Amino acid sequence: MNERELRDLISEVKAGRLSRRSFVQSMMAVGLTAPMAGMMLSQSGVAMAETALSYKPPKAGGGGPLKLLLWQAPTLLNPHFAVGTKDQEACRLFYEPLAGWDQDGNLVPILAAEIPNKENDGLAEDGLSVVWKLKKGVKWHDGTPFTADDVVFNWEYAKNPETAAVSIGSYKDVKLVEKIDDHTVRLTFAQPTPFWADAFVASYGLIIPKHLFADYAGGKSREAPSNLKPVGTGPYLFVDFKPGDTVLGKRNADYHQAGRPYFDTVELKGGGDAVSAARAVLQTGEYDYGWNMQVEDEILLKLENGGKGKVSIVPTGNIEFIALNVTDPSVEVDGERSSIKTKHPLFSDPAVREAINLLIDRASVQKFIYGRAGYATANFLNNPERFRSKNTKFEFNIEKANQILEAAGWKKGSDGIRAKDGKQLKFAFQTAINSPRQKNQAIIKQACQKAGIDVELKSVVGSVFFSSDTANPDTYSHFYCDAEMYQTTMPQADPQFFMNQFTSWEVATKENKWQGRNISRWQNKDYDDVFRQAQRELDAVKRAAMFIKLNDLVVGDHYILPEINRPRPTALKTGLVPHESGWDNDLWQIANWYRED
Amino acid sequence: MGHYLLRRLLIALPSLLGISLILFVLLALAPGDPFGELASNPNIPPEVREALRAKFGIDDPIFVRYLHWLAAMLHGDWGFSFASRIDVDRLILQRIPTTLYVVGSSQLLALAVALPVGVYAAMRPYSIFDQIANTFAFIGFSLPTFFTGLLLILIFSVNLGWLPFVYRADIDATGWHWYSEYLKQAIMPIAVLGLFQAASYTRYVRSAVLDVIKLDYVTTARSKGIGERKVIVKHVVRNALIPVVTLVALQMPSVFGGAIVTEQIFRIPGIGSLLISAILANDTPVIMAVTFVFACLVVLFNLIADILYGWLDPRISFR
Repeated sequence: MNERELRDLISEVKAGRLSRRSFVQSMMAVGLTAPMAGMMLSQSGVAMAETALSYKPPKAGGGGPLKLLLWQAPTLLNPHFAVGTKDQEACRLFYEPLAGWDQDGNLVPILAAEIPNKENDGLAEDGLSVVWKLKKGVKWHDGTPFTADDVVFNWEYAKNPETAAVSIGSYKDVKLVEKIDDHTVRLTFAQPTPFWADAFVASYGLIIPKHLFADYAGGKSREAPSNLKPVGTGPYLFVDFKPGDTVLGKRNADYHQAGRPYFDTVELKGGGDAVSAARAVLQTGEYDYGWNMQVEDEILLKLENGGKGKVSIVPTGNIEFIALNVTDPSVEVDGERSSIKTKHPLFSDPAVREAINLLIDRASVQKFIYGRAGYATANFLNNPERFRSKNTKFEFNIEKANQILEAAGWKKGSDGIRAKDGKQLKFAFQTAINSPRQKNQAIIKQACQKAGIDVELKSVVGSVFFSSDTANPDTYSHFYCDAEMYQTTMPQADPQFFMNQFTSWEVATKENKWQGRNISRWQNKDYDDVFRQAQRELDAVKRAAMFIKLNDLVVGDHYILPEINRPRPTALKTGLVPHESGWDNDLWQIANWYRED
Repeated sequence: MGHYLLRRLLIALPSLLGISLILFVLLALAPGDPFGELASNPNIPPEVREALRAKFGIDDPIFVRYLHWLAAMLHGDWGFSFASRIDVDRLILQRIPTTLYVVGSSQLLALAVALPVGVYAAMRPYSIFDQIANTFAFIGFSLPTFFTGLLLILIFSVNLGWLPFVYRADIDATGWHWYSEYLKQAIMPIAVLGLFQAASYTRYVRSAVLDVIKLDYVTTARSKGIGERKVIVKHVVRNALIPVVTLVALQMPSVFGGAIVTEQIFRIPGIGSLLISAILANDTPVIMAVTFVFACLVVLFNLIADILYGWLDPRISFR
């Protein structure tokens, strides 16, 4: 899809011939995120839709207790330190950002009065600044008014490396945040920033109060008493927190959205395992909501039969994929294996890569392993079953793979394994230990066998595989193996963060302690050039076209083989209306949750 | 006696120091790091991870880190958790009441079952009662707690719907209702742990009593016309208790250490679940503190067991 086609689509949306939702969905089909699609529309003059979140209770309160069950327990309640989504979700009860992302990529104002756009002079033409207008009359839980000073403080707090905030990535490139008046702030960027809705938005944008944290910015950040006793602007007041166990809250009678929240108290319990969490929601109904149901679909279906609840599946940008090593893991150069100075003896032949791509039975993996919690895909970020994809499609064809290999000169030996120039088609394939992944490996091994490729399977404990330990050769970033499979998550933000994992300057090497994000070590000059252009391009549509091109470059070369798109399943007790979004936390609209009879 | 105590305590010091060194080195050499989760998140630049590692001193040499830890520990500073960024002692203190309640009650239940059953079974060896008690004891310690736990959940929570299977430390009720809720949610975990422990205690008590009951002094006591009840309680049980005391004393640290598997199944916020989540998150200061406290308790209770011997059997003297 090129720029013109994109513009055509957008004018269809403008004219009302194409719905906003189907536009967003076709953007996801070519590898973009919903927020990115929303930004494109807003820049082209299609206003962000006023999402009407259904909310039926006549007044605030009266909903009784809301009980949330997470099988990983939150360990801290400062959003700037929240590493995992478990901590972010817990913070969402008390803290709020200026705006959040809804399911269709709309930016929904929460602490902002309105979303900045060109009409309300919120966005500068040169892409160097954004003006946010804040909602008036918002109070912190202790009664202090929420003002522009708080917003400015959050930027100062998070960007300071001494604070050691995990949200630093969203704030460090903002040159200046200044207060214009009590309810207006201006963000100035160091360079033109096409994707401006990152700081103060969604999970890393939760605002903490200046008057309680001002003394604890920088090196003393760990000592702030409010790290454990949040005072926010959110719909629930803090009652109690036991790290690694429970968070309790009660209704904020002074909440800034009239008539909300519906529930009188909220309890967030953590710990245990996913299966029993599913049981507590779907089968016994002890809890109203179960987080991240990473449970085999077969079991979920069985539990749903009880009729006490159902599983809700929310599309996200998480992709399970296989990376083929561009470099040779068996040769050591300057004390480093998989060095970019080497070439992989087998995968450097395009025929081998193409054959392997044909040998991944994505449809069966979806059907027999992931069920509703996975969509087979040939793209980064796409749902090909539902949406038209022009660029790439997946195919499972053993015969064709055999033909390709035969034509490229890989002949079967007496042991059934193909070989060429004395090199046998044999490779090692590693992944983290996790039962669906091991089943997935087995499916691929079987198909490869039929095409005369011998695959040796290797599984590494997750905590080792995903660690950043420079001394351990088994981590996914060392990639001392021929092929590996893992999941890459695409959080709410811009695809730019995501796509830089294939640029040549991000290659993981000994020199950067394997911190580089380009793990397959795939390098392509075209890709680098287009990526650099996209970094500077202010026109959202042109930029989107560039990202689509980047996606095609990566996927078309068959070193990176996307396999399954993993949506987020949650368990909900019958009647609960949670307004979920795959581009933000599950609890992003906790104020608007209610229960239908 | 005082001299003996002092000597034992002095011996304990180097062994605790050795234990702490081994624990620390093992943890430092173990793979994985506490900020692994940051690695797969593209929004977090790698510099942040590096800065955190430097700030928390993970990149220093092992020996330097150990000395830092030891010096801080001697000042009563247990360090702070990487995962929740709060002091470890607070984290542990928060968990102790729940662990004491659940694991402590299960130990009491175990003794309450094992002592009478074991003694009675030994008084009439190979009777019907003894056979039944033995069968149940064998079943009891052959079934792992994760199995009986799930079985109880299936019966009492899923099928009958009588008991909750998610343990809640904060119950929003008052008065009698609060007590009944607290009791209700603890029934299953206490039963699982208590009966498992009771099974092995029963076997120990039975064999200990059997050893003693055949001795000449018991026959003498009986022939003097002392009542059966008095013979058993005063003459038999007191002497039979010595091996049982060792066993129970060595079990005591686990009352503080919690029960990892059972706590995980019932989501009990005890020390065991703290330890396992700290291990999974590579939260070294927490693992270090919990395991070290555990080591101290083992040393302490060994000493207490030795002192109890002297009280039960004055022939054992302290030298």
